[in-house]
Amino acid sequence: MVGLVLISHSRKITDGIKELVEQMVADKVKVVSAGGLDESTLGTSVEGILNGINSVYDESGVLLLVDLGSAVLSAKEAIEFLDESKQNNVVISNAPLVEGSFIAAIEASTGKTLVEVNNAAEGTKELNKLG
Amino acid sequence: MSNNINKSQILQWIKAVSETIKENKDYLTDLDAAIGDADHGINMERGFSKVLEKFDSYKDKPISDIFKAIAMTLMSTVGGASGPLYGRIFRKMSVATKDTPDSLTSEELYQALKDGIDGVMEIGGAKVGDKTMVDVWVPALEVFRNELGNGSDLKTIMEKVVSEADKQVEATIPLVARKGRASYLGERSAGHQDPGATSSDLILKALASVVE
Repeated sequence: MVGLVLISHSRKITDGIKELVEQMVADKVKVVSAGGLDESTLGTSVEGILNGINSVYDESGVLLLVDLGSAVLSAKEAIEFLDESKQNNVVISNAPLVEGSFIAAIEASTGKTLVEVNNAAEGTKELNKLG
Repeated sequence: MSNNINKSQILQWIKAVSETIKENKDYLTDLDAAIGDADHGINMERGFSKVLEKFDSYKDKPISDIFKAIAMTLMSTVGGASGPLYGRIFRKMSVATKDTPDSLTSEELYQALKDGIDGVMEIGGAKVGDKTMVDVWVPALEVFRNELGNGSDLKTIMEKVVSEADKQVEATIPLVARKGRASYLGERSAGHQDPGATSSDLILKALASVVE
């Protein structure tokens, strides 16, 4: 099953998203909150993201959901630190962090592939919230 | 006069960078407060004080391993975008110096720094004129290359590199940012010196201070 790693400058943001998606999918999806430099400092940590990826990795792959700036840079750098065999199996999503993570978790819980999960997550860019 | 930088000078460089970042912590943060998230000095100081804290763990290793240790430390302790970016410079320098454990020629130093900033441009996507650290590194390293061609010694090369870097830092003031946090401010980012360009200038100055 596709794993999800949530990355933001704020651990509170990624902890909150993790809580939100787990309410939907319970423990059916492997989700890691890898925001913040640490629990209380704003920032991102390449090492923290790398550990997050490795902790949820299996051959189905891992989707990284990011917000802005160094979240993207640190995610890219973390992928380069992975074993080469894993690198092609880890993708940074261009989805909005909250909405994308929510949809990605639902899709992942139904056993979709990494490409399918990412397409669904990125599709939330077009979501019409005001219906 | 020399055409080499040895390992002990590289270690001095790292110490000098840590010192100058510490001294300029508030200055860098103030620059960042104007057009960013007011944390550049704090982040860089946190990263480089950790680099200094770990000094004994890498000081006896080959140059490549020293750069690698610094890269990993910066990437995991700086926090902002400068963590992965400066970390990447040192990581690329580590790869470039695999076969030169004790000392680098001027050419080898140039190539390592060039690989470093190329790596930054590759991952961050910034080009010259986007109001980032790239605005300092690229022209400064062009000067480095030209001086190598002129057969200058390393001390002279680094003096000219720093003089170019100083000029380019100031040249970031009127620019509108196209990368990084400041880019969200659009036109309002003009009129302020770029913090990342400023810390890059400090790092090059520190390098110039240790070569002979």
